[in-house]
Amino acid sequence: MDTLQALLLGFISIVLINNFVFTKFLGTCPYLGVSGRLDMAFGMGLAVTFVTTLAGALTWLIDNLFLIPYGLEITRYVCYILVIAGAVQLVEMYLKKFFPPLYESFGIFLPLITTNCVILGLCLFLNLWEIRSFPTAVVLSFGAGIGFTMAICIMAGIREELELVDIPDCLQGAPITLITAGLLTLGFMGFAGMIK
Amino acid sequence: MSQSNEMTVGQAFMGGIWTEIPVLRLMLGLCPTLAVTTSVKSGLTMGLCVIFVLVCSNFVVSIMRNLLKPHLRIMMFTLAIATFVTIADMYLKAFLPDMSEKLGAYIPLIIVNCIIIARAESCAAKNGPIVSIVDGLAMGLGFTMVLCFLASIREVLATGCISFSDSAVLTILNPIDKGGWFTPWRGMVMPVGAFITLGLMLGAVNQLNRKKM
Repeated sequence: MDTLQALLLGFISIVLINNFVFTKFLGTCPYLGVSGRLDMAFGMGLAVTFVTTLAGALTWLIDNLFLIPYGLEITRYVCYILVIAGAVQLVEMYLKKFFPPLYESFGIFLPLITTNCVILGLCLFLNLWEIRSFPTAVVLSFGAGIGFTMAICIMAGIREELELVDIPDCLQGAPITLITAGLLTLGFMGFAGMIK
Repeated sequence: MSQSNEMTVGQAFMGGIWTEIPVLRLMLGLCPTLAVTTSVKSGLTMGLCVIFVLVCSNFVVSIMRNLLKPHLRIMMFTLAIATFVTIADMYLKAFLPDMSEKLGAYIPLIIVNCIIIARAESCAAKNGPIVSIVDGLAMGLGFTMVLCFLASIREVLATGCISFSDSAVLTILNPIDKGGWFTPWRGMVMPVGAFITLGLMLGAVNQLNRKKM
């Protein structure tokens, strides 16, 4: 029961309190770039969630089963990036073969997320926080993806409304999006301290 | 953005420093920009690491540009970049342990910094080693300039001074707890400050560009 509670707390904390976009600035590029329309944002969020969960689990296994026992930590970054690129490629091939409609809807997002910092960032933070149990690692990876999806969907919702608003010319586009993002993080700071 | 296949050294240099300055013009590499600019010192360290990685990876990519198969290109770029980032990370751990502690995961995250892959793709894969090195240097310098500028705004508003080390502190606005008048804006070190300052900065750059035309 204790482990279940710990997992749940970990999940909530990584979705709301330590949200990667709002507190760690990870994934800011797609967060600002792809959040123009709600359906695209949601597609991107789902693709990221899928790959983070897979990559988080795989890199955790590689780290704990190979790199640490054999003292190969120095090759960690190279291994991580290889695993992530491989996972993305694998997911792409699998979807193309078995779920063509889903593949169509993900479109260009799949190859793009290789360079999404949420994924590499998550793998690095799992290592930095010294997570030593496999279920926790998987739950945190999944939570990070969900947190990203939530952030990018909220942003897309706001930006669809923003198109109808009269904004000063020089702030049009990226600047106003950044300012909106700033105000959003202010809101999410309210969750800080909810779980110790 | 249209880019000719061959660039001269001068074009490459000016491109990085002003006409295509990363972050402000290309909107690339935002994650580290926002995360490490809480103080000038960490911004500068990050900038230097990026210059090192960018110059080395541009050089390597431009040397092997004729050997690359199209579908393996991105993979090779990331591998070259990851290697140099590992070197930079180990150097920091050995010689600047406190800085390495503070920057934490953001140094390895240079690997997925879009600036570096974008330069490998759009410059180093098409040009010779010398132009590529100059381009890497200029892009890195442009990135460092933006980081330092943003960091100095945030650090001054958050603490009232810029500190390079424990002894060298440059006070600009005299903070209230040292007998001055300025109440530090705590929000500036938080994510809110980062997003809003960068947003306003981009707005100011847009305004400047519009006036010139």
